[in-house]
Amino acid sequence: MTIKLHGAPMSTCTAKVLTCLHEKGIDFEFVPINLLAGEQKQPSFVAKNPFGLVPVLEDGDFTIFESRAITSYLAEKFKDSGCDLIRHGNIKESAMVKVWMEVESQQYSPAVSPIFFQYFIVPKRGGSPDQAIIDESSGKLGKVLDVYEQRLSGAKYLAGDFFSLADLHHLGLTFYFMKTPCARLINERPHVKAWWEDISSRPAFQKVVPGMTLGAK
Amino acid sequence: MAGIKVHGAVYSTATQRVSACLYEKEVEFELVPVDMSTGAHKQQPFLSLNPFGQLPAFEHGDLKLFESRAINQYIVHEFPNKGTQLTCPVSKGLGILSMWMEVEAHQYDPVASKLAWELAFKSMFGMTADLAVVEENEAKLAKVLDIYETRLSQSKYLAGESFSLADLHHLPVTQVLLGTQTKKLFDSRPHVCAWIAGITARPAWCKVLAMQKH
Repeated sequence: MTIKLHGAPMSTCTAKVLTCLHEKGIDFEFVPINLLAGEQKQPSFVAKNPFGLVPVLEDGDFTIFESRAITSYLAEKFKDSGCDLIRHGNIKESAMVKVWMEVESQQYSPAVSPIFFQYFIVPKRGGSPDQAIIDESSGKLGKVLDVYEQRLSGAKYLAGDFFSLADLHHLGLTFYFMKTPCARLINERPHVKAWWEDISSRPAFQKVVPGMTLGAK
Repeated sequence: MAGIKVHGAVYSTATQRVSACLYEKEVEFELVPVDMSTGAHKQQPFLSLNPFGQLPAFEHGDLKLFESRAINQYIVHEFPNKGTQLTCPVSKGLGILSMWMEVEAHQYDPVASKLAWELAFKSMFGMTADLAVVEENEAKLAKVLDIYETRLSQSKYLAGESFSLADLHHLPVTQVLLGTQTKKLFDSRPHVCAWIAGITARPAWCKVLAMQKH
């Protein structure tokens, strides 16, 4: 039975799932959802995700939404294919993957998202980036990245010396973030910078990059 | 392996999330109090347990963890045969569990926490609620709870027919909101109301609440 992914290639959350599918070498069909036309709020899509958000994955008659749940599902179901993204055979390593997945979800992305929103979404709606919001988020992000710098000076990747979902979940949002003036926050921290260059150059993510066209002129 | 230690505070919602899980699993643990009023959580030695300076931190032998939702998933994985299951069968059940845990983390908690701050915690610091923020977030929470109402009319608990981490993770902030005007949003949705009444009456959760009385 085919796996179908409903999403938008430029969306950071869709990118998370696309990258995971490529890392695991899973065949899938991509069903584009037109976000600009509001397709994600139409009844046929809301029937799949009542929150009206992309992406949604269908695996036969099983439907799942929330990008981090989808990647966790794929990483578990296909645990013996492709890259081991969850360290399922080692309870301590898998616990560290969960910890740093939560860090991305609860510490990193809440600090980066407002910066992404101001530079990429606000101009699309005819406005200008709000520097006060950017400055406040940059302050928070700087503190988070100080912790990352310390962590990555002792380990090659966030959960240990292995690439995992914890690193992968950063890719989509950080890709856009690195196109903003705030990129210096990562570039100024040598271990974070090296980690970013490593994870963003992985072949699986490189397959997703061409579709990430937000902000392109 | 040496015993479990939870470094936290009885009134911290994230600490309560972990305590609830440990009580459900009937796993012994020691609560090591962290005094936030002195800023202990932003200094050593706490920072070596959680570099983000937030409660709780968790130790099991030489394994050190933080982030309450990650800690709980470890506890459930490490003690599969003790206490309440709290998880679902691989792969589809686990997928549904992950999905509703993400819904709690990204759709419910951000909004519920803002309301808890405005309506319950601010007054403890001598501040007054911002009514515009309350109105905006009650409207958002209402939409989320409409989706929960539909889900809970189809399924006894969020991830299926058994109580799981997806339900448990809601307990701390929801308990706070039950003491505020926001309670009406739960009461007016019959399946949500019954679900909350059920999960807040669980013996393990009652033990967590009793910790606050000492």
